[in-house]
This record gives sequence, structure tokens and C-alpha cells, in this order.
Amino acid sequence: MHIIESGNVAAAQGVKLSRAQVIAAYPITPQTPLTEKLSEFIESGEMDAQYVPVESEHSALAVCIAASSTGARAFTATSANGLLYMHEQIHWAAGARLPLVMCVVNRGVGAPWTIWNDHQDSISQRDTGWIQIYVNDHQQIIDGVIKAFMLAEEVMIPVMLCYDGYLLSHTYMPFEVPGQEQVDAFLPPYKPAYALDPAHPANLNTVTLPEVRVDAKGRTAHGYMEIRYLLQEDMQGAIKVMSRVEERFKEHFGRGGNPHYETYRCEDARFIAVSMGSLSYHLREVIDSLRDDGIKAGIMSIHLYRPFPAQVIAQGLEGAEGVVVFEKALSYGYEGALCSDVKAALYTFNGSRKKRPFVHNYILGLGGREIKTTDLYEAFKDTCLNGGKADVGLKWIGLKI
Amino acid sequence: MHMKTTILSLPEEEFVHPGTRACSGCGLGIAYRIALKALGKNTILVVPPSCLTVLQGLYPVAATMLPCLNVTFASTAAASTGMVAALKALNKPDIKVVAWAGDGGTADIGLQALSGAAERGDNFLFICYDNEGYMNTGVQRSGTTPQWAITANTPIKGKMQQKKDVPAIMAAHHLSYVATCSASYPLDLYDKVKKAVTLSGLKYIHIQIPCPPGWGFEARYAVKLGKLAVETGLFELYEVEQDVQRLTGASGKIADKRSLVPVAEFFKAQSRFRLMNSSQIEKIQEQINKKWAGAFEIAGDTDEP
Repeated sequence: MHIIESGNVAAAQGVKLSRAQVIAAYPITPQTPLTEKLSEFIESGEMDAQYVPVESEHSALAVCIAASSTGARAFTATSANGLLYMHEQIHWAAGARLPLVMCVVNRGVGAPWTIWNDHQDSISQRDTGWIQIYVNDHQQIIDGVIKAFMLAEEVMIPVMLCYDGYLLSHTYMPFEVPGQEQVDAFLPPYKPAYALDPAHPANLNTVTLPEVRVDAKGRTAHGYMEIRYLLQEDMQGAIKVMSRVEERFKEHFGRGGNPHYETYRCEDARFIAVSMGSLSYHLREVIDSLRDDGIKAGIMSIHLYRPFPAQVIAQGLEGAEGVVVFEKALSYGYEGALCSDVKAALYTFNGSRKKRPFVHNYILGLGGREIKTTDLYEAFKDTCLNGGKADVGLKWIGLKI
Repeated sequence: MHMKTTILSLPEEEFVHPGTRACSGCGLGIAYRIALKALGKNTILVVPPSCLTVLQGLYPVAATMLPCLNVTFASTAAASTGMVAALKALNKPDIKVVAWAGDGGTADIGLQALSGAAERGDNFLFICYDNEGYMNTGVQRSGTTPQWAITANTPIKGKMQQKKDVPAIMAAHHLSYVATCSASYPLDLYDKVKKAVTLSGLKYIHIQIPCPPGWGFEARYAVKLGKLAVETGLFELYEVEQDVQRLTGASGKIADKRSLVPVAEFFKAQSRFRLMNSSQIEKIQEQINKKWAGAFEIAGDTDEP
């Protein structure tokens, strides 16, 4: 079915089709229409799930953590300070290896208060052990939710599906809503290897020692470090698993592509812009203008941010003279986190020093500051023409100081 | 009312392995063992960091035979809600969900989530075992540490504030059941847990737990200290059903007999109260007398045969 709806409704449709069994959420702008829609689906009987209107985001994730540990498919969504209030639980869910799916409707973080879009909220959760996926339009939101459940349950790692507040959450776009039977054929019910059960008692997430330790039967059990090593191994493995999930999705639904990143006019590009979310589609217009000017430019939109598919990203950037990272988040005191990650990928995988492209970093759109196409065009063009020579450092777009 | 459980009718089946990591003389060891007997096998526990985490042991060994989910400090009640929701979604309504948190995890960091779950009426039993301080981190003050107690972070003057009345806060949520218990009265505890799990919605049981290292007494006096708290009238055993409060067990008997042991005996048995002077003790004795005057009056009016 083809419909025109908001990004939040696209996410809610994806959650319903994925047959999430327990949903917990606390209201925060711009996430609210998503969870309101889910409560409506459940109250009307359209969706068979438990909806828990919790008293905080910390509790929202607590509900999901316990529900998942008990064997149910669980979902939550939040934004900005709500996500940060969950922070302890975000680490906990990853350490406990629970396949939760959470939509992060990206918004800037206080203080001072802002309700508008940037990526600081989810980027600041980069090192928690969650898979992070950034999507660019409504179709990618609904498909992304369905794929996220499969990916999470295959690798037993929670997934954050991030999309831009307002720019995607509150705008109306046409998208395809797959049929329930189609989704059921793609996504089987959640069957964990172990769920809490009085018939088979286990004590989950107990205190671990620095060293490995034998159990009552004399078998050596993992220590904290082994448990964390396995999380890292499975995170790395998730890069390939995501490709398999994408292939399977394509077989079932007839759409999809490279799950790790999406490119536009990169084939012969001398200069490649790198970004995440709706900004990537905004930049396509700039690429077209630069091409009209005779500058061979392209854009790489990164979907999978954690685990970071460094090798394939470096391959995708191979041959470029310059890489320009446009970011709506900042690691204060250094540069955009994505820029650092891209640089590291190039350092590790792109051959000799001479062949490596220069990398520039633009910070823009913080707290919803308007991003003008002309500003993007001028900044990118300036970097293309002078980038190799210019002072390498962080630059801001749209700053009025 | 159902028959009171006696030492002879208490079930023999154990759900706690012998040899836990609790301190010797720990009141939690008694309360946990007895309450688990009342809960039975078809139960899942939810536990935040606390002395119980220590009692249950270190991975991959556990002292409890029931499944247990260890959760973050502030999230006990919310995690219990999530478990109840999952059991409902998975059509397993017969499994009981029981949260076990210490006084810090209940009265302080856990209060917001507990109040939320209580207001929603989520169907589980929340047990607070109150040893009156952050004991496994080395005896710091909590919201339920009594006034004048010396703790690791009230080391010179003692705690200046009064104990937070958590059962009263929970009763203000109009729950189906609120009760107070003491580790020193295990049969009263057994019967209250047994009753609580038959009721729907959120049930709250508050257990006072004598703590030898935290309170400052010899391990062999743990039961005696718990009894003194009740016999002096400082801590009452009661239950609240349909918003009606009723004294039970030993506290009921005190009301009937209209006699209290002087509270000084309780304070003098513990080193944490070593700085209390006689006027401070006298003031608390007056508070106790005032508190009990009403109960004595009611008991006098309705002398049962």
C-alpha cells in the first residue's frame, strides 16, 4: 500500500508490522507522534502488544530490557535529553545482549534548551555498544525498523534507528507500507536462546570478577573482559550480517541497496562529501550544481555508523582527492566524530600517505539552524578549489558571530 | 482470615542454597529464605545492586534457585513492569514477578520508578528490605537511616534528619496491599508475602533488616535487635488493605497489652547510636508514646475475648 504520511507514522507502521510485543515510552518532542500512534494502534485493537506509559525514559528502557530478557520483542523511541536520561540503560541493554530496537528522532541537546534537529543526541551514544543506523527518508524509516529487528535478533545486539527530527519526523512523504503477510514471511517471531523461566532458572547480569571463574560443575565461565570481547567481535560481525539482512529484504520486498552507505555521483568524483541523514539528500542538489560548474563532486551518505564499516567506506572513497565531512554534531574540543572516524578509516585502509585524500570538516545545523543550499554550495566549492592548500581544521556553516 | 503459619506448617522446600555471601548474622538471610518459601518456584526475581546482589553471589555461581534479573539501581520497579508486560504478551500469567530492593534502591534512587509503577497499578510484588543504610558500599546514610545514627558519611554528629516513611508513601498510592515486616518475625513475613501474591496490582512489603556491621552489634544478636525495634514500638508490624491499616503479630499484641519496652534498650544495644544523649532518647520515647496512645485507646475500646 502506497501512502503519504509523516516519518513518525512510518516508524510506527514499521513497529506494528514487526509485531513488537512490549512498547514503553515517555513523551518527548519530536518523538511523541510516533509513540502516540503506537498507543492508538494498541488501544484500538489494531495491534496486539503491551503499551507501558512509563514515568521516565530510564524506565522506558528498563521495561524493554526486562521484557526482552523475559522473551518478548520490545521497542521504544526517544529524542535528545530523553536519550541521555537512558544512558545507563543503553549501556546495560548492550552488555546484556538484548535485541531491542529504539528509534531516535534526532534533536539537539540542552543546555540551553533546543527542540530542533541535530545529531548530538545519538552521536553522544556512539560508544555504548548499540548498532547505530541513520536513514534519509520515510521509506528508509519503515523498512529500517523491520530490518533492525531482524539484524538485532541475528546478532543479539540492540539497534538505534536514527532519523532527523521535524525534517523527517514531521514532514509528509509518500512511501510503501508492506503487507503484514509479507513482513511475517521476512521476519520470524522472536525466539531467544534463553529467556527467564522458572522451569530453567538463571541469574542474569550478576557481578563478574576481573578473572575467569569456574562454575559449580567445574567449567570455566567468561569474565567481564571475555564478555565484552565477544560484544566487540559480534559488533564487527554485524557489518556482514547487515548485508545478508539487506539481501533478504530485497528478495522479499524488491527494494534496497548497499546497507552500509548510499552514494550519489561518486563514481568519478574527485571530491566526495560525507554526511548522515536527510542532509545527504539536501547535498545532492549541491553536487548537481558543482557538476554544472565542471567540478566532479559526489556524496556518500553513511547509514551504518556503529559498527563502523571502515574498510568499505575507505574503498568507497578511494581515488578521491578530497573528502568533506558535513556534520550536525561535534566532539567538543576536537572535531565532528564522523570526521575522526572517516580519517581513521582512510589512515588504516587507503594505502600510502601520498594517495590519501585531504579531509575537511564542516559543522552545521546545530539546534536546528537553517541549512541553506547556497551556503552548502559555497562551502563545498571553496573546499574543492582550495581544500588541498587551505588550513585544515574545523569550519562552521551558517554561524553568525 | 486464613490460618496463621507456624514453624511446623512452614514448607520444607528451600529456594536459597546454603552458604551465601551475606555477612554472618545478616537479617536479609532470614527474610530472603522465608519469603522465597512463601513465593514458591513459579517466580522471577528482579534485583538492583544491593546487599542481595552480594548475597546471591558472583558469576557463574548463584545462591538462589529462582530465576533472577539483575537490573540497574534506579530501575527495579520499571524492570518488574517490563517483565509483567512480557509475561502477559507471552501468555504466561501464572508466573509471579517479585522485586527485591534495599532501602537505597527503594526510598532514594528507586522511588520515582516505584511510584510510577504503583500509580499504573502494575501487577507485581515489591519488597523493600530496609537495613537502614547503604550497607554494601560501607554504611552510608540513606533516606531510611534513623535520626542520630552514625554512618560513614555522617561520621561525627550522626544523621540529623528523621527516617523517611516509605510504607506510608506507598499506602498513599492506594495499593491493594502494603505491609511492614521484620526479619525477626519470619512467620508474620511468610503470611504477608503469601497474602500479597494473591492480590492484583502492585503490592508493597517493607521488611526491617537488622545489620550487624551497619548497626554495630554482635552477629548473634540480630534477631534480638529486630525484636527490640518492634517491642519498643519504634517499628510497627502492620498491613494496609483497601486503605485500612491494622497492626499485626507482635505489634498487635503490644496494643492489646498496652506496654512498650523502653526505647533506650534498643539504642543502647547498637554502636551506631553511641552519641545519643538522654534528652534525644527521651524525645524519641515521647514520639513513640504519642504514636501508640491512639492504638492503645482503640485496643481498650474493642477488647476482644
